[in-house]
Amino acid sequence: MANLATDFLGIKSPNPFWLASAPPTDKEYNVRRAFDAGWGGVVWKTLGLDPAIVNVNGPRYGAVWGPDRRLMGMNNIELITDRPLETNLEEIKAVKRDYPDRAMIVSLMVPCEEEPWAWILKRVEETGADGVELNFGCPHGMSERGMGSAVGQVPEYIEMVTRWCKANTRMPVIVKLTPNVTDIRKPAAAALAGGADAVSLINTVNSITSVDLDLFAPEPTIDGKGAHGGYCGPAVKPIALNMVAEIARTPELSRLPISGIGGITTWRDAAEFLALGAGNVQVCTAAMTYGFKIVQEMISGLSQYLDEKQIALPELVGRAVPNVVDWNALNLNYVTKARIDQDKCIKCGRCYAACEDTSHQAISMSPDRKFEVIDAECVACNLCVNVCPVEDCITMERMAAGEVDPRTGEVVREEYANWTTHPNNPAAAKAAE
Amino acid sequence: MKPNALAEGIRPGRMEPEALAEGFCDIHPPLTPHEAAVAADRCYFCHDAPCIAACPTEIDIPLFIRQIATGTPEAAAKTIFEQNILGGMCARVCPTETLCEEACVREVAEQDPVEIGRLQRYATDTLMEAGVHPFERAAPTGKRVAVVGAGPAGLACAHRLAMKGHEVVIYDAREKPGGLNEYGIAAYKTVDGFAEREVEWLMQIGGIRLEQGRALGRDVTLGELRQDFDAVFLGMGLGAVNALGLEGEDRSGIDDAVDFIAELRQAEDLARLPVGRDVVVIGGGMTAVDAAVQAKLLGALNVTMVYRRSRARMNASRKEQDHAARRGVKIVTNAVPVAVHGNGAVREVEFEFVEDDLTPTGERFRLPADQVFKAIGQRLEGEGLPEIDRGKIAVTGAGRTSVEGVWAGGDCAAGGDDLTVTAVAQGRDAAEDIHAALGR
Ligand SMILES: Cc1cc2nc3c(=O)[nH]c(=O)nc-3n(C[C@H](O)[C@H](O)[C@H](O)COP(=O)(O)OP(=O)(O)OC[C@H]3O[C@@H](n4cnc5c(N)ncnc54)[C@H](O)[C@@H]3O)c2cc1C
Ligand SMILES: Cc1cc2nc3c(=O)[nH]c(=O)nc-3n(C[C@H](O)[C@H](O)[C@H](O)COP(=O)(O)O)c2cc1C
Ligand code: SF4
Repeated sequence: MANLATDFLGIKSPNPFWLASAPPTDKEYNVRRAFDAGWGGVVWKTLGLDPAIVNVNGPRYGAVWGPDRRLMGMNNIELITDRPLETNLEEIKAVKRDYPDRAMIVSLMVPCEEEPWAWILKRVEETGADGVELNFGCPHGMSERGMGSAVGQVPEYIEMVTRWCKANTRMPVIVKLTPNVTDIRKPAAAALAGGADAVSLINTVNSITSVDLDLFAPEPTIDGKGAHGGYCGPAVKPIALNMVAEIARTPELSRLPISGIGGITTWRDAAEFLALGAGNVQVCTAAMTYGFKIVQEMISGLSQYLDEKQIALPELVGRAVPNVVDWNALNLNYVTKARIDQDKCIKCGRCYAACEDTSHQAISMSPDRKFEVIDAECVACNLCVNVCPVEDCITMERMAAGEVDPRTGEVVREEYANWTTHPNNPAAAKAAE
Repeated sequence: MKPNALAEGIRPGRMEPEALAEGFCDIHPPLTPHEAAVAADRCYFCHDAPCIAACPTEIDIPLFIRQIATGTPEAAAKTIFEQNILGGMCARVCPTETLCEEACVREVAEQDPVEIGRLQRYATDTLMEAGVHPFERAAPTGKRVAVVGAGPAGLACAHRLAMKGHEVVIYDAREKPGGLNEYGIAAYKTVDGFAEREVEWLMQIGGIRLEQGRALGRDVTLGELRQDFDAVFLGMGLGAVNALGLEGEDRSGIDDAVDFIAELRQAEDLARLPVGRDVVVIGGGMTAVDAAVQAKLLGALNVTMVYRRSRARMNASRKEQDHAARRGVKIVTNAVPVAVHGNGAVREVEFEFVEDDLTPTGERFRLPADQVFKAIGQRLEGEGLPEIDRGKIAVTGAGRTSVEGVWAGGDCAAGGDDLTVTAVAQGRDAAEDIHAALGR
């Protein structure tokens, strides 16, 4: 069994799987059971000042399902904790005392002034918690009050609040980022400038999951109306992965530790975040969908993977980052063609429809439904691979150097060459002049 | 048609080799990775799942299915083996339709359960085919335990004890280990010598010595074992077969179903195994079904299974009954044998219809028979055993017998279900109890 013990900002946990700040971490009862189930740490549900906020009293979650009701995405209009601050603080202290080996991070959101931040940080310190996470991400309800993503969308505010926090506590400060921005590097840079010890991302994505076509109102519908909510779960993972990678591969930000969040449902999702530079991961929707027990699969799966790869956990972190590049650094001499394995083909014709109707007419169909790739037309777009219902039936095969690509009539070249030096690139032509 | 196909009497070669091979091939072929992914995707990962409670060994089924779904069947196998070291065999032989799959919420909701048994086989096959034994022995304790019987109960007990660092010697009367896994289970449930491979794989834990051909009562006594070992586990199954109590029962052609099955399981060439043209099987359990179906697969022309009560009361599950019917076995219920006719060899069996409470109706009929299999239950044999309760060894708690330092489990112990999986559970639990007792 691989050693999954993690040290994130000096905060130790038996594994890199933390529960994100959300309902699973909203009270002592939940967190104790989460720790008993094996979670390495939690970020406590965001605390605010008293009087506690109120939540809606009708449905607060909407969902997108697969045909078998598999939950693919969820959105919520829940706010931060609606329980009194003192109750939360007492519970945090009690749980941390009983689970000293687990990470206990406390998420915070108070108005944009130094004094309340300084005050609440002292109160959190008294609980013995290991660190704080600043919730600059919540996209609904709190943002209208000048908190949450209203802060997270303005880099100057992020920097300012982070600086206040660093000045007022000895605890590590993690800044949680909202994905509801055009360039995630800006808020990350602001957090770094303010002295943040790490960033965590993503919080939820602005969304309407569906519209009730009888009530003509967005779901979840409260008395005939609906508000936009925050989207999370498996559907947001690709968005989150990209944002994590953008930060990890930016040289000025590369020393900023990342806690990866967004759609993590299995050990494999977690491993992908780690490979893209996250030092640990946080999970919310998967736990809300399947219960705390899923962490057992995450633990067994990640440790099996590390054992098979014969690498230690820290060696996985960031291992894929050097391979995330801009488009114009991709090798244009890497030529592939689609190949259809006739033994595996079930003759559904989906590849044909996709290529014939929407791509490059590069698949032929015989009267007896034999589908074959026409190399002279195939641009290797991968669409047929993606629509084929049979795994590994259509694959992309690389052409060897020296062969002639029947589509272009050109010899496939051995050496790497990208757009920056391509003859069609006006900039490249200029540079050569 | 083979010349022997219609011939009377008990003779070999009734079937073409191809038909034989087809009949005896794997009844539930293994899932491909894609099929396994699709099957696993159907599991809802239920909370406090009813399937776990329905499994006598309490395997964490949702967890192992999730581990398959996430591409780690090896981890899934470990989850299974932690609870049930014979998870490979159980995946093949458990009547899942009355155990885990019956409890599956999708069975209740859609009459279409998650294929737990086949998924379990997918996981366990993956790890076993890689030759990996996922457990290590604890440091030797210096304690020695004797296990009588290398069937599922004895093997599960021995493995758990060995894992805890104890030294185990298994005494088994037969030539090969495995118990009914090797000599009883229907051939099409466990093909390609799986029973034997499984025992070899299990033995990789180390610390277990197998003494084949050594029987309790014949070669060694319980007193001697108690003297030489720190604890004894009895897992010798049920060696004897119940008799019909009919006149003419000793006529040739009347055999014990378990003997026929054992012979079949050990046969090198099924084409040389003789079987009757008109076969009558008496009984309503798994043994009866297996004898009837396999007789049919060997080429018997007419196979009739006769049970004394109604179909609902049969020990064989509905699925097993349907399987028999699909194979062409005729099932007659509410009838008891009253006489065996024939001169030397059996020719006919005479039955009388009875009510569900076995009250005779006076209606009688005869079935032609050149071979009759008795499958009306097995019983414990042996002397000098601990206290007996209704024909089996009385136990309390995790298999403690009336004799200090002696435990029992599996078919020979009272209170079980006569299933492979219960034998495994009882062997394992007894081992834990023995371990606790030895540590005291
Ligand atoms: C024909 C048949 C089909 C079956 N099919 C199924 C099925 O599909 N699914 C299912 O779950 N269950 C099935 N069963 C039941 C299942 O096989 C048994 O419940 C299970 O094998 C019991 O395990 P055990 O270890 O208690 O005994 P056994 O498997 O009977 O093993 C006992 C062992 O003890 C040895 N032994 C006996 N006496 C002595 C002695 N005096 N000294 C030393 N060793 C001795 C024997 O050689 C044997 O190896 C079937 C049973 C039969 C007979
Ligand atoms: C119901 C709900 C409530 C949430 N509340 C908070 C919160 O109070 N503070 C916070 O920082 N994030 C909150 N989040 C966001 C999650 O912590 C997490 O960032 C997001 O859900 C993405 O992760 P996931 O895809 O694993 O769910 C909430 C999410 C959900 C679903
Ligand atoms: S999950 Fe619990 S609290 Fe929420 S609606 Fe259902 S019963 Fe009510």
